[in-house]
Amino acid sequence: MFGYIIKRLLYAIPILIGVNLITFILFFMVNSPEDMARAQLGAKQVTPQMIQAWKEQRGYEKPLFINDKATGISKATDTLFVQESLKLFSFNFGISDSNRDIGSDIKERMGPSLAIALPTFLIALITNISLALLLVLFRGSALDTSMMIVAVMIMSISGLFYIIAGQVLFSKMWHWVPISGYESGWGAVKFTVLPVMIGVFAGIGAGVRWYRSIFLEQINQDYVRTARAKGLSELKVLFGHVLRNGMLPILTGVVVVIPTLFMGSLIMESFFGIPGLGSYTIDAINSQDFAIVKAMVFLGSVLYIIGLILTDISYTLFDPRVKL
Amino acid sequence: MILTLLWTDIMVWILLFTIVVWSWVVSGSPQVKKQWHTIFKSSIAMASATVLLFYLLFTLLDSVHFRLATPSTDTKSQQVQYGEMTSLLDLLFSHNIKNTERTYSAPFATHEYAKSIVVDANGVTKQAYLPLKHVSNNNDLLQKSMFAIFMGIVMGGSLIFLHMVWRKKRGFKSELPWRTAYLTLLFLTVIFTWFYMLSYHYHVLGTDKVGGDVLYHSLKSIRTGVLIGVLTTLIMLPVAIILGVSAGLFGGWVDDVIQYLYTTLSSIPGVLLIAAGVLSMQVMMDNNPTWFETTLERSDLRLLFLILILGITSWTGLCRLLRAETLKISQIEFVTAAKAFGVGKFTIIRRHIIPNLMHIILISIVLDFSGLVLAEAVLSYVGVGVDPTMHSWGNMINQARLEMAREPMVWWSLFSAFVFMFILVLAANLLSDRIQIVLDPRNKS
Repeated sequence: MFGYIIKRLLYAIPILIGVNLITFILFFMVNSPEDMARAQLGAKQVTPQMIQAWKEQRGYEKPLFINDKATGISKATDTLFVQESLKLFSFNFGISDSNRDIGSDIKERMGPSLAIALPTFLIALITNISLALLLVLFRGSALDTSMMIVAVMIMSISGLFYIIAGQVLFSKMWHWVPISGYESGWGAVKFTVLPVMIGVFAGIGAGVRWYRSIFLEQINQDYVRTARAKGLSELKVLFGHVLRNGMLPILTGVVVVIPTLFMGSLIMESFFGIPGLGSYTIDAINSQDFAIVKAMVFLGSVLYIIGLILTDISYTLFDPRVKL
Repeated sequence: MILTLLWTDIMVWILLFTIVVWSWVVSGSPQVKKQWHTIFKSSIAMASATVLLFYLLFTLLDSVHFRLATPSTDTKSQQVQYGEMTSLLDLLFSHNIKNTERTYSAPFATHEYAKSIVVDANGVTKQAYLPLKHVSNNNDLLQKSMFAIFMGIVMGGSLIFLHMVWRKKRGFKSELPWRTAYLTLLFLTVIFTWFYMLSYHYHVLGTDKVGGDVLYHSLKSIRTGVLIGVLTTLIMLPVAIILGVSAGLFGGWVDDVIQYLYTTLSSIPGVLLIAAGVLSMQVMMDNNPTWFETTLERSDLRLLFLILILGITSWTGLCRLLRAETLKISQIEFVTAAKAFGVGKFTIIRRHIIPNLMHIILISIVLDFSGLVLAEAVLSYVGVGVDPTMHSWGNMINQARLEMAREPMVWWSLFSAFVFMFILVLAANLLSDRIQIVLDPRNKS
C-alpha cells in the first residue's frame, strides 16, 4: 500500500513538470517578459531602465531556457525556466503585481472558499444520490419520466441564470439574506446560505441523471435478481446492494473533486463578493496579473493530482477485488 | 458589392461542406441509414433537430459577410467606395441597426423606461417619460400582430406544403414523425415572422443601455454561440481521434507518451488553462495590431483564438474514451483475423476501428456542444470569453447584470439572452439523449 502511494507520488512529478512547462510556455514564451513589463507599466513613457528594474524585481532577467553566459551545469540551471519551476515546486509563489505575497494571500482566502464549496459539495452529494435512488425505486413511472424531463431542463439553463434569479428573488425582493459580502466566524452563515443553495440546485439536473444511470446499470445485474429471489424487499435491495455496488463508479467521479474544493468557485464567489480563491483568480484575470494566475494554475493541478491519487486509494478501501 | 469572408466564415462553410459530403457518403450504408432513421423516429428528436436547423440557418445567414458599395460623395474619383462589413442578417435587420434609441426601453414600450428632465414649451422643467423615436404610436399592436401571424402561417404553411409535395413524389413511405417537425417549424416561423414584422414598428424585446435593439443582439449572438459549440469540436476531433486510436492500437511508448500528454493537460483546471491562454493571446494581439484592420476582424480573430484554445483544452476527455475503446476493439476476433490475413494497419483503422468508434465520437460532439454554448456565457463573464464588442449571450448577460440593482428592474436583456440560450441548449441536450440511447451498444435491448 505505502509502496503504491509512493509510486503514484513519484509518477505525479513528471506530470507536474509537464504542467509547469505548459504554463511557462503560455506565460513566458508567447509573451516575453518585455511584453509583460510593458503591459504592466502602462502606456506611459517606458524607459529600458524601468523595464530592466521591473524584470529584476521579479527575477525575470535571466534567459528562458539556455544561459550562454554561464558555464557547466549552470548553463541549463541558471535560467528563468528552472528558477521559476524551483520556486513553484517549493510553493514559493512570489509577489503579485500589486506587490503582495501570493502565498499568504492564498492561505488567507482558502477559508472563505471552503465555506462555500464544502457545504455545496456535501449537500449536493446527499440530495442527488437520494433523489436518484427515489427515481430508481419508481423507475418507469410517471414520476420518473417527468422528473427526468425536469432534470434536462435544469441542465439546459445557464448557471448564471440561477445566480441572478436567486439574488433577485431572495435578496432584492424578499430580503431574506444579504445580497453579497462575507464575515468570518458564524456570521458567515447568512452570506453562504444562498450561494450554497444555488450551487446545489444548479447541479441537480446533471447530478441526478448521472447517479440514476449508475444505479440503473446495477439494477439489471444478476446479483440484484438473486437478492430479489431471496425475498428481500425492494428498499433493502436498493440500499444494501445497488447503492453499495454503485459506490465504485461514484467514487471515481466524486473523490477527485474533493481536493479541488479548495480552489473555490469562480463565478459564485465573484457574484456574492466572497473573498475566496475563486474571486481572487477572477480579479487576477481581469487585472492581467500573470503571477497570480500562474500560481493558481499550478495549485489547481497539484490538487487535481492529489485527487487522482485519493481516488485510487479509496478504490482499494471500497472494492475488495482491487489489490495494490 | 464585394464578398469579404472572415476566418470563422470560411470555417463555417468548410464545416457545412464536410457535413454534406459526410452524410452523402454515409447514406450509402444501409446500417447507418437505419440508425439515423431510428433516432428520428422519436418526435422529441425530430422537434429538437428542427430547432437546431433554425438556429443553424441564422448562423449561416450571419456567416456571409460583404461590403456594399456606398454612393460616393466625391464624383470625380473613379474608385467605388465600400462601406462597413455587413452580413445577410444585418441586411435583414438594417432598420433595427439604424433605429437606435437613447437608452433602455421595455419590450413593446412606447416610452423610455426612466424619466428624464425635459423643458416644456412654457419653460418649466419637469420629469417625464420621453417617447421613443422609432416606435409607432398608433396603438395598432393587435392589428399588426394578427397580420404578422397570418403572414407567418402562410410562410410556414408554404414551406410545409413544398416538403409534402416532395414527399408525395417519393410515395409517403417514411414512418418519421413529420407532423411534429411541421408543427415545430410552423411555430418557429410564426414567432419569427411576428417578431420580424413588428420590429419595423416596435422594439420587440426592448432596447439596451445604449438603445440598441435586444432582438437584433440576441439573433446576432446565435452565430457566436453555435460557432463556439461546433468549431471547437471540429478542431479537437482530429487530434482526439488520431491520438486516441494510435495510443490504443500501437501501445508501447506511443501509448505512454499520449497518456502522459492528456493526463498533464487535463490536470490543469479547465477555466484556468483557458484564462491563461486567452490572457497570453490578448497581450500577443495588443503587440501585433497589424494582424487586423477593423474591429470586426479583431473580434473575429479573437473568437478564432478562443475556439482554438477551447479545442486544445477539450480533446483530452474524448481521447481517453477512444483509447479505451480502441484497446477493447483491437482484442476482438475480427481485428485479430484481419491482422492474420495481413491487412495493413491503416486499412484496419479505416475499416474496423473508426466505424466502431463512430457512436462515441457522435455522442461526444452533441454532448460537448451544449456544454460549450453554456461555457461561453461563463467565460465572457470571467473576462476571458469573446471580444467585448462582439455580439454574444455572455456579453449581453454581463452588461445587463449591472442593471439588476435598478428599480424597476431592467430584465429584458437578461431574459432574452437566457431564453435564446435555453432553447438552443435544451434542443441539443434532448437530441443528444436520443442519439445516446440509439447508438450506445449497451442499450441494444
